Amino acid sequence: MVEIPSGSAGAIPAAEVEDVELYHPGSWWTKYVFSQDAKIIAVQYSMTAISIGLVALVLSWLMRLQLAFPGYFAFIDADHYYQFITMHGMIMVIYLLTALFLGGFGNYLIPLMVGARDMVFPYANMLSYWIYLLAVLILVAGFFAPGGPTGAGWTLYPPQSVLSGTPGGKDWGILLMLSSLIVFIIGFTMGGLNYVVTVLQGRARGMTLMRMPLTVWGIFTATVMALLAFPALFVACVMMLFDRVLGTSFFMPAIVEMGTQLQHGGGSPILFQHLFWFFGHPEVYIVALPAFGIVSDLISTHARKNIFGYRMMVWAIVIIGALSFVVWAHHMYVSGMNPAFGFFFATTTLIIAVPTAIKVYNWVLTLWRGDIHLTLPMLFALAFIVTFVNGGLTGLFLGNVVVDVPLSDTMFVVAHFHMVMGVAPILVIFGAIYHWYPKVTGRMLNDVLGHIHFWITFLGAYAIFFPMHYLGLLGVPRRYFEMGETAFVPPSAHTLNIFITVMALLVGAGQMVFLFNLVWSLFRGREAGGNPWRATTLEWQTPQTPPAHGNWGKDLPVVYRWAYDYSVPGAAEDFIPQNVPASDGVTREVSA
Amino acid sequence: MAQTIGTHGEPDLRPAGLRGVAADFASDQRAFKTASWGKAMMWIFLLSDTFVFGCFLIAYMTARMSTPVAWPNPSEVFALHIGGQDVPLILIAIMTFVLISSSGTMAMAVNFGYRRDRRTTAILMLLTALLGACFVGMQAFEWTKLITEGVRPWGNPWGAAQFGSTFFMITGFHGTHVTIGVIFLLIVARKVWRGDFDQERRGFFTSRRGRYEAVEIMGLYWHFVDLVWVFIFAFFYLW
Repeated sequence: MVEIPSGSAGAIPAAEVEDVELYHPGSWWTKYVFSQDAKIIAVQYSMTAISIGLVALVLSWLMRLQLAFPGYFAFIDADHYYQFITMHGMIMVIYLLTALFLGGFGNYLIPLMVGARDMVFPYANMLSYWIYLLAVLILVAGFFAPGGPTGAGWTLYPPQSVLSGTPGGKDWGILLMLSSLIVFIIGFTMGGLNYVVTVLQGRARGMTLMRMPLTVWGIFTATVMALLAFPALFVACVMMLFDRVLGTSFFMPAIVEMGTQLQHGGGSPILFQHLFWFFGHPEVYIVALPAFGIVSDLISTHARKNIFGYRMMVWAIVIIGALSFVVWAHHMYVSGMNPAFGFFFATTTLIIAVPTAIKVYNWVLTLWRGDIHLTLPMLFALAFIVTFVNGGLTGLFLGNVVVDVPLSDTMFVVAHFHMVMGVAPILVIFGAIYHWYPKVTGRMLNDVLGHIHFWITFLGAYAIFFPMHYLGLLGVPRRYFEMGETAFVPPSAHTLNIFITVMALLVGAGQMVFLFNLVWSLFRGREAGGNPWRATTLEWQTPQTPPAHGNWGKDLPVVYRWAYDYSVPGAAEDFIPQNVPASDGVTREVSA
Repeated sequence: MAQTIGTHGEPDLRPAGLRGVAADFASDQRAFKTASWGKAMMWIFLLSDTFVFGCFLIAYMTARMSTPVAWPNPSEVFALHIGGQDVPLILIAIMTFVLISSSGTMAMAVNFGYRRDRRTTAILMLLTALLGACFVGMQAFEWTKLITEGVRPWGNPWGAAQFGSTFFMITGFHGTHVTIGVIFLLIVARKVWRGDFDQERRGFFTSRRGRYEAVEIMGLYWHFVDLVWVFIFAFFYLW
């Protein structure tokens, strides 16, 4: 670490761009409903995402009830079970995690953290939310359509997804799912362009890219990836829609359905898998990178210590983002492909472990000899690290072709991806909500309720997903409605299934504590003040809390230092905000 | 918003070449020092759209290379019967010529826009829109001809079923882009004609001041649609 004496940071360049002219709402409708303010849009995105996420949570309960007590609940038949699985997966991955991290946290934090008044195109930003809402409504319409939602699995693999054997395949289900995805991508593109341009072109004076908080780096990189990965999903959805509606054969081989030869022929189901996973694998990191970024800031702030290896953290985010575009076929080891490809994709997959491990080491080294405050955000951040390491290690198993082949389509895979891209990012979301709720509302979330919520969620998630590894090693397949008489599955597996289901119900119920806390604290929470965590980043330095329209009052902030000046030797406080001039404290710059 | 530094006559002290790129990315406020927000946004959107068209074309190439059935011969399928003989690719040659020409008129419109020549800019934009509409019209004619000859998304008289499906999908998607471009050309041309960019009139929805830069951003989109057509032309008609 290089110490640079104060005053040597150099003069801050003059403003290159004149101050932005904001749209000033004239009525209640344009202020709170059709708002062009990124902060309102962020809350709208978050509330919609959490609401649809609750639907997915209930669906997971229903699935677990069927797995633990097969045949006991008459209304869960095989068709319903597959519909629950499909909708649970799709909602969680796209409509909850992607929308909440990018649309929710991205909208709230990017303009505040880079010192902008708003997103660069507030009108397009507003449209982005309303189109997202439309996508959610189309998705939900599937539950009420004739035949119900699609039951094709969240990967929607053809040909089964558009055949009559699959729920929704010949009804409305698959049509609504594909339309909803197409609409979602259009809406996301409008928002995503905003996030990227705001970070690249809309920063405050003095805010260089290498002074941005890692939260912004994570969300920014994830958004760039989303803009390049979603096109593949868009194309795949359009083509499958044509296969289903117009009778084309992009993905449909010659096939016999229920004894009838269909008109299709010559299409390639593998082509869909390639398109889907070219989107699908980056999607994993679209969800993970914002979590990486946010958790870095939570750890640094609540351990009162600068993040270890800031530059390495930034480059690790960028390298992970780039590599994730060349690993997609590791989802297709059992689909049949040239063994040389398997070798290539296994290699790239394992290379990703290097920058990821760098990040984990840096988080741990940030904690090392830090002044760790076991606040709720810190607890969730710690929980994230252990969960992510756990899920990441099983990823090394599944990234190898020879290990993946026997484990493919078992509960081991379910355990792996729920740990690594389900539980881990959700823990970060909770931590982030406990961290930034005071800025959004001006009040703290209740600490006791928060601790109850944390321990139920953290221990419960392990109780749910840890035994699934064991089930997978036993060979229990995933996506099976019921096991029936299966010689290789011992009775203990069934007992374990009951345990998992009870835990799932408990953890789900535990989330009600969180929701109650959100509402209760809005009215009864302790007044937070402007900077309750004594954090350095710009969003805590706003003149008002919650920040007003335009964020900064008359003058835009000027940034003099990086985002991690915690416990600087010789400084009066244990934190120096980014907008404090160099002469007012010791300046510490990042070393390479 | 977004005046470019170094354009007011003061010396541009930024280093040249790769060092300049590094210096720009290491600086505060903006990574692309000469690009306004709107221009940056359009470039990034076009990058995303490139991936859409790229996926469409790769899917088409996969289908064409993997089909065991014969692929219809483009020079015969896309020939017009003129003056007693089949002229291969004549219609598509005219369409390509029209669309490339419209890029020329668009570039001129951008130039006249920055000279603040309201009338000429609007006329050139309308001409661009007209050429674009001609292109879409000829595409409609081509579709009609192929449909009357029995080409359908699910099959055709000459060979692989994927010929019709990929053809209608990709040219249709491109045609939609051209159509959207024509509509926006008309909207921006109206604003130019009305003098919105001279008076810096505020946008109805955005309340941002209008600038002649809108013409250039419109032009970026239009040139992109042209460029994509060159690839579709090469991969679909010349392969």
